[in-house]
This record gives sequence, structure tokens and C-alpha cells, in this order.
Amino acid sequence: MLKVHRDICGYCGCCVSVCPEGALELIDAYLSVEPNCTSCGICAKVCPLGALEVINEK
Amino acid sequence: MKSKYDVLIIGGGPAGALAGKTAAEKGLSALIVEKRPAIGAPVRCAEGIGQEALLEFIEPDPRWISAEMHGAGIVAPDGFFMKLESEMAGSKVGYVLDRKFFDRELVWKAAEAGADVAVKSRAAAPIMEDGVLKGAKIEYCGKVTDVRADVVIAADGVESKFSKWCGIDTTVPVREIMSSVQYVMADIDIDQNSTIFYLGNDVAPEGYLWIFPKGHRTANVGIGISGKKSGEGHRAKDYLDKFVKKTFPNGKTIEYIPGGVSVCRPLDCTVADNLLITGDAARVVDPLTGGGIYNAMYTGRLAAEVAADCIKKGDTSKSALMVYDKTWRASKMGKAIERNYHIKEYLISQPDTKLNEIIHSVSKMNLKEFSTISLIKEIIRVNPKLMFELGALAASLR
Repeated sequence: MLKVHRDICGYCGCCVSVCPEGALELIDAYLSVEPNCTSCGICAKVCPLGALEVINEK
Repeated sequence: MKSKYDVLIIGGGPAGALAGKTAAEKGLSALIVEKRPAIGAPVRCAEGIGQEALLEFIEPDPRWISAEMHGAGIVAPDGFFMKLESEMAGSKVGYVLDRKFFDRELVWKAAEAGADVAVKSRAAAPIMEDGVLKGAKIEYCGKVTDVRADVVIAADGVESKFSKWCGIDTTVPVREIMSSVQYVMADIDIDQNSTIFYLGNDVAPEGYLWIFPKGHRTANVGIGISGKKSGEGHRAKDYLDKFVKKTFPNGKTIEYIPGGVSVCRPLDCTVADNLLITGDAARVVDPLTGGGIYNAMYTGRLAAEVAADCIKKGDTSKSALMVYDKTWRASKMGKAIERNYHIKEYLISQPDTKLNEIIHSVSKMNLKEFSTISLIKEIIRVNPKLMFELGALAASLR
């Protein structure tokens, strides 16, 4: 699953623009992750701050 | 806020503001909805704009001009400095804006023209009836209200969702998102009338690092790197911190600004039935410079002009609105985007040694017209063999 580190996120929306599923949305000052997120990790890669992390569930 | 408008504009940045102002001036009822609680904040921009580009829309006002630019410089990967000056020495070539106040001014002008404005108001979903767009559900303080409109103008920026909800793929390819961070820095030694660009794989892979002065000893110091090159331990912030530590060890950061800038081609189509897409949401940022303020204002204004015509004629279908898409693509802006896209693709494929070679060709350039295109033409003039490497592209630059 995708974890948003809210203490690092600068709510800029860079991740939203690259999400192929349209699963991210920037709602004012927080990032929302929709259930259709596939944990592909593209957003985590491009985040300028490193605020997103894909956590593997066991 | 009423329940029905001629035009509903999603986003209160430069594209939305110009759309609202133009629509109101054309006699339409218009509403601009901005999801943030304040117009202009937080800033997501390096704030630079060319002199002529700005003058096409508004007279410069010291309330929102941070600094006037008289020249620029490019630092090659090996540290060599190329100075760019206007042929008219000392003349203004551009501005660094204060977007917090600039954006407010633009929206204020839209309001003055008669547009309604709603802040902290987010378009949460389109209203679709029989597959046709009829407006948007607007959320304000937890309450959702239907706002119907003949035409919706999406001006919702890089993080645009509205067009996606209407079935248009707006996804930016990873290699074409500039992952960016900028610090507004104070107490730093800079030339306050000159923008500086740093190139190179070690400084900013497939992007550049910039110093855009904001006044005496203060500047926007920022970086954009390709999303492809970004990852844990080598993100935009890591590169910027490294540069700042070395270059401005005693500088103070007074604002922290992350962001994303698309440098892809514009959307394949920027209209749909009852929908026009503008500015960053339409991906009309200049792919070479990452500049988007002018393009946003231009497309915002044009969208409202086309909306006004189509509403008057009673046909706001995709085919009627297509004139918007066709017009901007054929415009000076549209052509510059296409041309600069090719130049960007060429430059990012070059090794640092090649960039050094190109920049070493001249230490000082006097440009007749201070623009990226005249810079490129001048670079080709002093590096004639680039003509062959650029092939068909070079021909289009003549």
C-alpha cells in the first residue's frame, strides 16, 4: 500500500500529475489516496521530497 | 455563488483568472472556484516572465514585481559562465514576479469585470447527464452544491483532476515531469538583475537549477530534475541542498516550495463537449524552460473568448469548441511549444561534454531579442555543425 508521510509532504501535486490510475488527489493542503491505487510506486519515485512510500504487505 | 453560470472555471491561477475576466467582459456570467483558502498561495513557481509576454496582459506594477531582469547567465556543467545580454545594454528583458500578489491582482481584475469568485471551494466531481458535462459539484466547508454551467473551463493546474474525471487522459509521463524544489533565500550574494541557469548531470539531471533574483540579496533558488532521474537519496531536494550548502552556506531559507512541472507535449485534445482545458492542466508549459505563466494567461483568455462565441451561437459541443484547440496550436505559443519540445529532447540526450562544448563557444552573447529562440539561433550560428545534428529541427529555426 502507499503511505503518505504527511510530515514530509509539501502538498505540491507533482505526484498527482503522474499517477496513471488517477488515484491521487490534492485536496487543499493534504494528499488523498483512493482505493484504486495499485501501489505502482511511480509517485514515490518522482516526489521531490520523498514523502511517498510503497509498503509491501505481508 | 449561484446555482447556474454561463461559464464555470475550475482554478484561480493565471489561466482561471484570465478566463474569468474575459468571460465577464464578454457579458457572460462566470464563477471562478479555487480550492485553496487564498488566491496566490502557496506559490508553486519560479516566478519569471519575459517583458513582452507580461505586457501583452497587464501593465507592470511594483506591488507584484519583485525584481527587473536585465540579463541572464548560463553555467556549463564544467563551471564555465556564459553571459547573455540584450543588445540594448541595461534594458529590461523580464521580471521576477511576486505570485502571491500577482495572482490576487489577476483575480481581482476578474472580479472587477463581474466574475464571481469562491475560495476554499473545490470541484469534487463533474455533473454528467447522459454522458454530457453540465457543471460541477462544488465542495465548500464540507457542503456540496451543484453548480451548473454551459461551459466548464478546467484551469486546475499541474495536479488537474477535472479533465481526467471527464475521461481525458492527462497523465504526465515519468520522464517528462520536472520534479522540483525551490527555496526563497535571503542574505545571499547574487546579481540582483540577472537570472542564472546551471546545467549538468551532476547539478540537475535532465533539468536545470536556477537563481531568479527577488531583490537585494534575495532570490528564488530552485531546481527541476526529470522524474526518471529522481529516487531515494537523489531527489530534487537532495540536489538543491547540495548546491545551496556549497554556494550559499550562510543564506537563510525563508520559504520552502516543492512542485511539479510538466515538460511533455500538450494534451492531444484540449476540448470536449462543454469543456475547455487551459494552462498547466492542458500541459501547455514551455517544455524547454518550464515557463507557464504566459501560456496559462493566453489559453485562459482564449478559452473564454471561444466559450463566449459558442454560447452565443448555442452550440458548445466538442466540434464547436475545437476552434480553441486549433487556434492555440497555430499560435506563436503553440508553435514555440512544439519547437522547444524538440530542442529539449535534443539537449537532454547530450552528455555534459557536449553541453560544455556548446556553451564554451561564446562567453558573452548580445541578443537582439531576448528570448529562448534567439538564444538557440545564436548558439547555432556560432556552432554551425549543430545544424547537422539538429537535422529537420534546425531548418524550422531559420
